[in-house]
Amino acid sequence: MLIGAFTGFATAYLTGSLWAGVFAACLIGILAGLLMALMTVYLGVNQHVSGLGITLFCTGLAYYAFRVIFGTPSHPPQITPFDQVNLMGDVAVLGPIFRQYPLTYYAIVLVPVVWVILYRTNFGLKIRAVGENPEAADAAGINVYGVRTVSLMIAGAFMGVAGAFLTLSTLGFFTFDIIAGRGWVCIALVIFANWIPQRVLLGAFIFGGVQALQLRLQLTGVKFPYELFLTLPYVVTIIALTIANRNAAYPAALLKPYKRE
Amino acid sequence: MLRRKWFYFLLVFLMVVSFAAGCALPEEDAAEPSETDELEEPVEEDDLFSIYGIYSTPAEEPWVSVINEACDKLVEEGKATFAYTDNLGYAGDFERELRQVADELQPDLITGDAFGNEEAARRVAKDFPDIAFAFGSGLGPVEPNFSVFDNWIHEPAYLLGVIAAHMTETDKIGIVGGMPVPEVNRIANAFLFGVKGYNEDATVYVTFINSWFDPAEAKEATLAQIEQGADILYAERFGVIEAAEENDIWAFGQMTDQNDLAPDYVISSAVWNLTPTFEYLLSSIEGGTYTAQDLKDFCMMGKGGAYLAPFHGLEEELPADLIDLVNQLEQDIKDGVLRVDIDESTPDAVN
Repeated sequence: MLIGAFTGFATAYLTGSLWAGVFAACLIGILAGLLMALMTVYLGVNQHVSGLGITLFCTGLAYYAFRVIFGTPSHPPQITPFDQVNLMGDVAVLGPIFRQYPLTYYAIVLVPVVWVILYRTNFGLKIRAVGENPEAADAAGINVYGVRTVSLMIAGAFMGVAGAFLTLSTLGFFTFDIIAGRGWVCIALVIFANWIPQRVLLGAFIFGGVQALQLRLQLTGVKFPYELFLTLPYVVTIIALTIANRNAAYPAALLKPYKRE
Repeated sequence: MLRRKWFYFLLVFLMVVSFAAGCALPEEDAAEPSETDELEEPVEEDDLFSIYGIYSTPAEEPWVSVINEACDKLVEEGKATFAYTDNLGYAGDFERELRQVADELQPDLITGDAFGNEEAARRVAKDFPDIAFAFGSGLGPVEPNFSVFDNWIHEPAYLLGVIAAHMTETDKIGIVGGMPVPEVNRIANAFLFGVKGYNEDATVYVTFINSWFDPAEAKEATLAQIEQGADILYAERFGVIEAAEENDIWAFGQMTDQNDLAPDYVISSAVWNLTPTFEYLLSSIEGGTYTAQDLKDFCMMGKGGAYLAPFHGLEEELPADLIDLVNQLEQDIKDGVLRVDIDESTPDAVN
């Protein structure tokens, strides 16, 4: 995410085009996904180790590139971020709900798109097959390595744009530690949502909603330690998603590298 | 088969090691090769005063960037040489790097931020009594050579509170801060005194995001305050000014003059300036009178260590008598006839 945030920002800063930034973030995400695929799919390296390694690598690389391009400014360099798009005008309740950044709409649209691809297309069936039972998939003539690599590249592209959302929409600048652990929250959401796209969306809404709610609860003046308010989004999301899926069923071949005999 | 496993293991190991090196390298790459070379020569010639910075945080962090600004100024004036290593974190690298710099480079003065590395910094200082150590710290100085300083900018924060008290139309004002530690609390409380002293009816919201650096979260917290009606914001952290700009309301910056972050919305900032501190350190070390001390006074308005940033053209938006009042209060502080109380207790969420 950080490298996506940085690449998106640097590209937008240097070209003056926000969409070029989004595109560049997407590309760098694909590259990161390819690197991950090389490690885990082809070399069969432990996914935790290579995942952490690539995270550290990308973080270091992004900071290094930041210093090379921007030096060490005391004020972060800035761009004009995306404006919010208002779909509903000033309608009482819906107005604020539908006043979002363009990337937010794309993210929400992507959920049904991903669902259709995963559950209603041949390609989606292949993705699920290589995640559940790569041996059987291979026997059925599916290129396990190829499908896994493409999946990781797509995931990488999403991740890159997710990072770029922070620099190109929310803040308009890039600084160190800008992601502040949000990527790990995403991973946790996927696990708690059982790898089901619509549940991930639900989980994300609960998390984001409670996050926004707790900030407002703090301002009601209730004498309550603010640290506990800050834990609310995590607690509520875990409880909600645990209740929603007590029969956790993760992909059978999760974390298992496939080696062709 | 086994051999192949080892090959992969080695590969991953190499990868991780090079990443770790990669993570440590950028800042050293950026700061050291060119600057240490410059640094070492003068030390050998025993010519110019040499300063070295050891930072736990990245050099872009506002707190640390104030040290860099002051030291860079001394370099520009030809009075000193300066280099630094940053982003050392809180897991031991700080002490190792500090010890190495003290041992090998032996600069005249080592500075940095000791927050989170308080004991480590004092341990190393004890072993090198001939080098002056002056660190940003929440604790006290140690004889014979460990001095401390901090951002004592509660006085300009008080003045900003006075401005906010007059400027607010909704009588609601917001502060978004990092964590409720003494250095943040005293600034928030001084701002509160300023507001309450001139507008008793005003409500001041104080939100802590429990992180030193999370601009996205700070922005969300600010948006929540704006929804409650806050129409003037004190940006103790990055992220607040972005929310103010998006919602077309006033904001105050902190630490450096942050007007350039949103020129039409940042009225002023509570600025911290370490130049008096470092000029004093330089003269006392060179004059042989250096002693361990709390350099607090050099970070306050009286000696120019803290000040209210210029309004950058936004004074037209302020009533003239308010500007007169603020100028008068500023003069009173400098003259020593107005003392802004230091209150380091945690402020309530709603005041």
